[in-house]
Amino acid sequence: MSRRNIALVYRKELRDLLRDRRTIISMIVVPVVVMPLLMTGLALAAVKLGGKMQKEIPKVMVLGGADSPATMAALRTNNAFSFVPPSPDFTNLISDKQINAAIGLPANFDAAVQAGEATAVTIYTYEGEFKSMIAWQSLEQFFRSRRDRIVGERLAEHQLPEKLLTPFEIRKTNVASPTKVSGNLIGMVLPYLVIVMCMTGAIYPSIDLTAGEKERGTMETLLCSPVARTHLVLGKGLVVLTVSLATACLSLVSNGAALVLLKKVIGDAAKGNALPLTIDPSALLAVMVMMLPLAIFFSGAMLAIGLYSRSAKEANSYLQPLLIVTIIPAAVAAVPGVELNYRLALVPVLNVSLAGREIMSGLFHWNFMAVVFLSMCLYAAVAVAVAVALFKREDVLFRT
Amino acid sequence: MIEARQLTKIFRDKKRGEIRAVDQVSFRCQPGRIFGLLGGNGAGKTTCLRLLATILQPTSGAATVGGYEVVTQPEEVRAHIGFLSTGTALYGRLTARELVEYFGRLHGLGDDVLRPRLDALFTALDMNDFRDGRCDKLSSGMKQKVSIARTLIHDPPVMIFDEPTHGLDVLAARAVVAFIRDCRARGKTVIFSTHVMSEMEKLCDTIAIIHRGRIMAEGSLGQLRERFACQDLEDIFVRVVEESP
Repeated sequence: MSRRNIALVYRKELRDLLRDRRTIISMIVVPVVVMPLLMTGLALAAVKLGGKMQKEIPKVMVLGGADSPATMAALRTNNAFSFVPPSPDFTNLISDKQINAAIGLPANFDAAVQAGEATAVTIYTYEGEFKSMIAWQSLEQFFRSRRDRIVGERLAEHQLPEKLLTPFEIRKTNVASPTKVSGNLIGMVLPYLVIVMCMTGAIYPSIDLTAGEKERGTMETLLCSPVARTHLVLGKGLVVLTVSLATACLSLVSNGAALVLLKKVIGDAAKGNALPLTIDPSALLAVMVMMLPLAIFFSGAMLAIGLYSRSAKEANSYLQPLLIVTIIPAAVAAVPGVELNYRLALVPVLNVSLAGREIMSGLFHWNFMAVVFLSMCLYAAVAVAVAVALFKREDVLFRT
Repeated sequence: MIEARQLTKIFRDKKRGEIRAVDQVSFRCQPGRIFGLLGGNGAGKTTCLRLLATILQPTSGAATVGGYEVVTQPEEVRAHIGFLSTGTALYGRLTARELVEYFGRLHGLGDDVLRPRLDALFTALDMNDFRDGRCDKLSSGMKQKVSIARTLIHDPPVMIFDEPTHGLDVLAARAVVAFIRDCRARGKTVIFSTHVMSEMEKLCDTIAIIHRGRIMAEGSLGQLRERFACQDLEDIFVRVVEESP
């Protein structure tokens, strides 16, 4: 094996590729600039808009209540609501977002409460509509505190302690370390991000170095050189792998930075309820090691598809659906209840996604990890072997 | 030297069935001489030259190029040829110097040989003005000069040209013709394919007329004129094609 020739092809192909604006866009601009900007921009906009909407006073309509002056007085003196005159068309007004909620007070509500009879307040909302949900929360809080106050007064009347209603409290205590809590959350997203970016990064170079060369007529020029075809394809494959890993790493760094920024902004907005964001560097390294055979598998498979294709357009038409097919198993790590086992450890992409989640949450099942890693090495070797075999077939190289 | 012995290439196509692109072709091409393959479109010229350049593998038959067998020693064959065809384009994002240097290195040349040879070639071909220009920004004539430099950088003893003047203007085509003559003068074995009669007449020591993958007639221009009792090569070509079975 001539490492010199492979290195020669690698250096030239990388230089050639980096001079192409499309490579720079797919390898650097999209993962480093566009994705974090979109992520932080959307999150910051959501936080800002959410905060703004929280400060807005909900428009509320009261239906009935003429015979319940105490409740009406309590509502009117509450500055948290802006009241509109009652209308029989209140459901349409809520649906059209002209008002945010309506309160339905039954006849003789105050009297029924005083008499201790069963009665109910109905709050009409637009389920899922943000402002309507804020109105619902405020109204529920208003009526809950009013109910608690009445219960407290009644208990006091009978000289009973308020503790009678709460014989014991329920407390939730987290025993996992911040790293594990954070790892568990990040583990659902990180493998998906790395897998998708690995694949996205490999698409353009794999097409450009194969079908692109056929289209531009440089394939025949290259085949005239005395370098063995195995060395040519290995040099090209290493370039695809480099770009794929670089895209994933750059994406990881930029999205990590964006998350840190978001943590600060959202944490400040949440006044102390900051997002847990502590990553164990050794876990991150272990995930990247698990990703390596997957990245080789992607590079080999995409190079083979690119080689088989007559043109860049044809290669694109094969690779874009493949990206969608890959996204599904990559996203499974975020689905609760799907656990890594020996059978799933053999399914490419899915196995690395699940293993990545386990590693990030601090679980190291070495037996599963070994099966995932070795099976992915095998798939990667097969993909590279197929690419090498196709590069030696003249009916593929000169397929028109 | 190039020697083809019953060289055959069959392509199998799902729709058209078996296509005999090159059919039992035999010829010999000596150092210091230019062997011309004259044929129409689809006659088998390009396939024949691709077989000699080991870009394609023969279905049967054999060929020796520069003393190496095309079937068993393809890498040695490629190390001893310079192949220029309409299909051998340039890497547009590399400069002329980078491209020629890359192919020099692929042929195993070290810096000590590569640098002076590169300078000499660029000077000889009058390429210094655009040596650092990207290939995709060059004119057709400049591109052809870069291609010629690429084929010569390893100083091969055998040159294979497949329609090298295709798409060039008169001046660029004349430069290519002069360069092919120069190769002969330097003792290289040259095989050259075209369908341009005037180039054949000007350049070739031996002309082989190829039709439907077979060599139908072979000889010097004088021998062909005598055999077919015609002065004009075009008339000879038409007669050969019309008389072919």
